Amino acid sequence: MSVIVYTESEKGKFKKVAFEVVSYAKAIADKMGTSVTAIAVNAENPESLGNYGASKVLAVNDDSLNVFNAKKYASAIEQATKQENANVVVLSSSADSKYLAPILAVGLEAGYVSNVVEVPSNTAPFTVKRTAFTNKAFAHTEINTEVKLIGLSNNSFGLVESGGSASVETFTPNIPDSGVTVESVDKATDKVSIADAEVVVSGGRGLKGPENWALIEDLAEVLNAATACSKPVSDLGWRPHSEHVGQTGKPVASNLYIAIGISGAIQHLAGINSSKVKVVINTDPEAPFFKAADYGIVGDAFEVVPVLTEKLKAFKAQNA
Amino acid sequence: MKILVCISHVPDTTSKINFTEGDTKFDTNGVQFVINPNDEFGLTRAMWFKEKQGASVDVVNVGGPETEPTLRKALAIGADAAIRVNTEAVDGATVAKQLAKVVTDGGYDLVIAGRESIDYNGGMVPGMLAAMTGANFVTNCISLEIDGTNAKAVREIDGGKETVSTSLPLVIGGQKGLVEESDLRIPNMRGIMMARKKPLTIVEPVDANVETKSTGFEKPAPKGAVKLVDAENIDELVNLLHNEAKVI
Ligand SMILES: Cc1cc2nc3c(=O)[nH]c(=O)nc-3n(C[C@H](O)[C@H](O)[C@H](O)COP(=O)(O)OP(=O)(O)OC[C@H]3O[C@@H](n4cnc5c(N)ncnc54)[C@H](O)[C@@H]3O)c2cc1C
Repeated sequence: MSVIVYTESEKGKFKKVAFEVVSYAKAIADKMGTSVTAIAVNAENPESLGNYGASKVLAVNDDSLNVFNAKKYASAIEQATKQENANVVVLSSSADSKYLAPILAVGLEAGYVSNVVEVPSNTAPFTVKRTAFTNKAFAHTEINTEVKLIGLSNNSFGLVESGGSASVETFTPNIPDSGVTVESVDKATDKVSIADAEVVVSGGRGLKGPENWALIEDLAEVLNAATACSKPVSDLGWRPHSEHVGQTGKPVASNLYIAIGISGAIQHLAGINSSKVKVVINTDPEAPFFKAADYGIVGDAFEVVPVLTEKLKAFKAQNA
Repeated sequence: MKILVCISHVPDTTSKINFTEGDTKFDTNGVQFVINPNDEFGLTRAMWFKEKQGASVDVVNVGGPETEPTLRKALAIGADAAIRVNTEAVDGATVAKQLAKVVTDGGYDLVIAGRESIDYNGGMVPGMLAAMTGANFVTNCISLEIDGTNAKAVREIDGGKETVSTSLPLVIGGQKGLVEESDLRIPNMRGIMMARKKPLTIVEPVDANVETKSTGFEKPAPKGAVKLVDAENIDELVNLLHNEAKVI
């Protein structure tokens, strides 16, 4: 009996969510009186997971896993889970983890609950809280299988350093053939993704046209933020679909979400509601976003945003 | 090519979400149900394969009789036949098990589901279905081409996209991008008339263990009022974000 957690890395470096899922797994393990084993694939410094509560790390080093493949990764995690006799498996909500999770669930005959936001309230019956109706509600869900698979919502638990240390074991799973081959990856390496960003700066139709997006990009640059947009903005072709956030776009769970020229339609808010702090800048004081935001400025984006960008630059320079 | 499109019957995106029976059941009172938006993109792509490549397109839903208008709408958009598995959709795994039976019995080459439903957002049915039927699987799919038994798909990843090659049998978790918003079809009168005559077969469920069960729901705590900052006093916003919200 133990808790196993899959820790994602990119080009050898652990992603922030890796530390978050380990912190979360540690909280579950404490509740169950057991320990945490992490599985890491081609990652540097696997022992660093000890600081977040892993007692043991199964380190997989296999060049055929340099490019993510859901079936291969699911198989590796399945084998690790069986070897460790683990009965709780924790994954993040990254695109890759959500891709492999259902395959892993079938392989382990595990009940799977995604978008979980808290440590299980109860371990018998095993009960977790997750978001439902695209963040308009929460559900309390029991998992009745012997092995339980949990997908943790990104940024819902945070990082908890426990100062522990982890032993590292080499783990060599059998990697199955996969009928899906990655031909090419198209990823901006200099930009933080919406999923990983601490801050997201988002623009709506109030910005009038794609030619005005420097406003959003300049502010995002100062804050090291990802850029996002409302649905009509992507439908109009002002911005790529990959920036569309909301109920039918990407979910956002950042620490800070800044909405500029976005009215705050129910479908938009549903997708961004898990962000911790929301700021709205809009000319219309009646815009529904003001009801959902923590801070608001009633004002013209074309006047407010450049000043905000300058002020933040000065702030950053001072606090650097 | 035989295509099956999985249709989830979900509350319209503008629905007010409320619960009844001591917060254990979703309150469908006054709620309008629609084809899950992610599935609608998939259905529209399937119609393209039908019209350009001669594919047949069936649609399926796991649910009670109340979901039939949603299936009829899919028929009106152009699907050839509909199947309803007559059981409550309790969780992702039970739905996937029911669908696996339909896929195997029907010998489908390509299954197009949505990346997730907008009600329970599980994001698990397509992947489980693929694993159960031994099919290849691509989710967050924003482009799909089929040539014989070969497929080329584009998957959205965090911060970008990747192009993959794979082959039939294949399960797709689709979303916007598979077709554009402007390509979506509103059923016309003729489509609606024809849909009435198309077969809608009801099949009985297979036994499936319930692995997960939602026992209660709650709504997020009401939010405090917004703090308004004067447009002339942006230093104050920087100050609040730093000292009060502690996010910069
Ligand atoms: C099935 C369905 C699914 C949907 N899914 C999504 C989704 O996932 N995500 C999403 O975003 N939307 C979604 N929508 C669309 C949603 O209903 C709204 O239409 C959309 O969010 C509005 O985008 P917007 O706020 O950019 O534009 P608008 O509603 O046009 O708002 C523009 C805002 O800009 C303000 N403004 C104008 N000029 C300025 C200025 N100079 N400075 C500052 N502010 C200014 C205006 O006051 C206004 O509030 C969906 C709709 C449907 C039907």
